[in-house]
This record gives sequence, C-alpha cells and structure tokens, in this order.
Amino acid sequence: MLSLSDISAAYGGFQALFGVSLEVRAGESVAVIGPNGAGKTTLLRLISKLIEPTQGTISFQDNSLVHVPPHQVVGRGIAHVPENRRLFPRLTVEENLRMGAFTAREKYQERLSLVYELFPRMKERRAQPAGTLSGGEQQMCAIGRALMSGPKLLLLDEPSAGLAPVVVQSIFELVRKICREGYTVLIVEQNIRQVLKVVERAYLLEAGKIKMQGPSQDFLRSEEIRKAYLGL
Amino acid sequence: MEIFDIYLLEAVLNGLLLGGLLALLSLGLNLIFGVIDVVWICYAELIMCGMYAVYYLHVQYHWPLYAAMPAAIVIVAMLGVLLHQLVIKPVLAAEPINQLLVTGGVLFFLQAAATLAFGIDFKNLGVSLPAVRIGEMSFSAARLIAFGAAVLGVLGLFVFLRKTYLGTAIRAISQDRAIMPLMGVSPGRIYTLTSALGGALAGLGSCLLVLQYDVHPAIGLSFGPITFLICVMGGLGSMAGGLIAAFVFAQFISVGGFFFAVEWGYVIAFAFFIGMMFVRPQGLFRR
Repeated sequence: MLSLSDISAAYGGFQALFGVSLEVRAGESVAVIGPNGAGKTTLLRLISKLIEPTQGTISFQDNSLVHVPPHQVVGRGIAHVPENRRLFPRLTVEENLRMGAFTAREKYQERLSLVYELFPRMKERRAQPAGTLSGGEQQMCAIGRALMSGPKLLLLDEPSAGLAPVVVQSIFELVRKICREGYTVLIVEQNIRQVLKVVERAYLLEAGKIKMQGPSQDFLRSEEIRKAYLGL
Repeated sequence: MEIFDIYLLEAVLNGLLLGGLLALLSLGLNLIFGVIDVVWICYAELIMCGMYAVYYLHVQYHWPLYAAMPAAIVIVAMLGVLLHQLVIKPVLAAEPINQLLVTGGVLFFLQAAATLAFGIDFKNLGVSLPAVRIGEMSFSAARLIAFGAAVLGVLGLFVFLRKTYLGTAIRAISQDRAIMPLMGVSPGRIYTLTSALGGALAGLGSCLLVLQYDVHPAIGLSFGPITFLICVMGGLGSMAGGLIAAFVFAQFISVGGFFFAVEWGYVIAFAFFIGMMFVRPQGLFRR
C-alpha cells in the first residue's frame, strides 16, 4: 500500500534520513521505533509531503507521491496525526472534527457519528474549545479529526507523548481498537514496549537508518532491543 | 425631556450609527491581519477605489446604484486579490516592518494614481437622502442605511466564519498555519480567499461611505488611520475586540463632538487611544 524506497531527507539543515526503505501493506499495523532524534517524525512528514525527500521515491497504492502537493495527500487517503496533536485550540471539538472532513464533506455526518461512537467522550465535549481538553482527550480528538477524512492509511506521530502514564495505557488501547477496526496504521513511538504489543510489525530507526525490521514478536524477543530499549 | 438631553441622546445614537460603520471597516482589516498576519496599511485606499467605482459607474455610465454598488464590491474584492498576489505574497516571509512599508507604498501609489486618473476635485454622487426625524431628533438616512448594511455585513461574515468549511478553515489557519495541509487545505488558497473577503468588506464600506461623503484621492486618510487605531485598540486580529473598540471610538467622536466641537471629538478619541497604549498596549482583547 505504502512504499518508501531508498529515501534520504534533510531537515533543518542537516540530513535526517539516509536511504530508508519501508513497506506498509493494506490492513497492517506497523510501528517505527527508535530514540529521540532518529528521524521518526521526519519520516512521517515526508509521507505527508510536508517536506520533500532529497533522494528516493514514495508511492501510495501504486501511485507516486513525488509530485503531489501536501494539501492533496489527505485526499489520496493518508491522514496524519501530527506530533503534539496540534488541535486548533480555539475551535470547538466539533469544529476540529469538521476541519478533518474538509476534503470529504459529503461524508461528514456519517463519519461524525462514527467518531463519536469510537470516542463517546468527544460527543460529550463537542461544543468545548479543543484547548480546554485534557491531554488524553486532545489525543482522541486529534485521532478523530484524522479519521474524519476516511483515511486508508493513518499516520500516528507519538500518540503517547506528554501524557500521564494512566492515560498512555488508554491511548494504546484506542490505537489497538483502531487497528482492529481495519485501518492501516503506521505509528511512530518512543514508548517501545507498549507499541510493540499493539502492532504486527516494526522497524527500528537509529540515526536516520533502518537498523532492524520484522514482526513485533521478534523485537520483543531480541536481546539487543531488550537491553537497549526495554531496559530488561 | 430637556432639550440638552435630547441633543445628547441624538449624539449618542449618531455615535452608534458611526460605530456600526467603523466596525465594518475595522472588521476587514482585522480579518486580513488575523489570517495572513499582514496589515494592509492601504486598506482605506481600497475603499477610495471602491468609492470612485460607484461614482463612475453611477454618474458617468448611468448604472443604477443597485447595480453599481455590487459591481464596486466585486471590483474591490478583485483589487484585494491583486494586492495579495502582487504585493503581499512576495513579502509573506519578510520582516513585519517590510510588510508595513510595502503596503504603505501601495497607499501612496493608489493615492497618486487616483490623482492622476481622476483629478483632485471632490466628486459627489449627487444622491441626497432625506433626514429621518424621530421625535425631536433627526438622523441622516444615509447613516441609518450605512448602519443597517454594516450590521448585516458583520453578521454575514460571522455566519460565514462559523457555519462553513471555508470559514472554519479561515479561523483555523490563524491558530496553526503549519498543519493546514494535513487537513487538505492549501494555505495559499485560503489567503487568496481571505484577501477577496477583506476586499469585499472594503467594497461594502466604500458603498456606504460614498452615500455620505465626497470622493477625492486623499479620502482614505480620513478613515485609514482611525480604522487602524480601532483595530490596534481592540487587539489586532481580534474581531470581537475591533467591534467593541469601534463603538467606543465612535462615542468619543460623537459625544466628545457634542460637548465641544466636532474636531474635539477626534482629539479626545486619539488622546484616549494614546493613553490606552500605555495602559493596555496589547489592546482590549489579545488574541
């Protein structure tokens, strides 16, 4: 479904990715894990075309994304939940969700009920400015906003970052739920232990290079991963 | 009622009418600033262009006002788009001072071009609307119409911003520019649309002003500074703040003018503005 081949990219004046190749198949949930500054966010920003690769090709459903402008990516079926959620703080929850449906207006009502069904809390808070939500609720709203476009592929950038430990648990429950709903998910996380329990496959990104890939079970069993990232 | 009280009430009501018009003028400028983060210092000169458009279409080409005025609104909306594409777009990433200077340059350019094209004489629409008497008070019908149309314009914009996808995107973009493409929104298109809207509001303003005032190339200087100061006082980019500041300012002008002389009204209003800048430099409502 999504295929990156030999991608290099620079971000903020220095090179962040070096010849990265990555594959996501339809219906799959895949994680990219790795330490801070490994280039995980850059990878997602590349897929959304917020930045251009310096080398390599990206294709989605067998069509190249190279010449697609950023605002047309979501129309192709890729929704991106950005780092730090980035809700519109002074718009209400429902207005945030409406922005998510900007390219899919005719399906607005249908998807709104779908999102409210998935996150009943959002329905309760629909008239509230998004800036007044708690961190966990904001993450729900951000995921809901992305789902409003009816994506074929959902990109999640550190959904657990900055949340209280109890909330982190429930966010991963949500992610698991979304994966089970049949969405194809590519998730970037530093919370490696949790994310590996949710996804089917993973890539390890270190200093801009893919260091390891495989089923998440292999990662959980790998001596190297256990020592370096899981502290076991 | 004492005769003094009646005149005072009349001054307050006239201030309210003026406030509606100033609110409309400041709304366009605030919208542009709120969305694009650039101040159109030449905003009142766009209004001047619209006033000339109504004048020439009506007086020279004998269009009825109900056709000339919508045409003028469309013309100024297009001028707004042109201003954005030709002048603002190249300096979007520049320092604010450069953006101010370049739109300031457009101000003098438009003034000079208008002088060249239309001459310096005052042009009058030749429409005289009757005064409306309410009890012992009298109000100019042009002002009443201007107030009504300004209120409708403000409400129309409000509904547009609240109820439509594009309106919501306009409000969203000022809160987080960088992620708009993730919503499928091209910021460039929103900027163009906003420029057209800001121009259309200036166009509506010009239709209402040309009913009350003669047109001449420097007419923008009568409205430009006060519109800008209202926006600053309300908190640049805050539409609600701008609306409230417009009515406050208008009362200073009208009631201040009633107690002293018309010119004093402006002196007091601007003195109040300067004082406000010491007390609350971020404006009444900071975004």
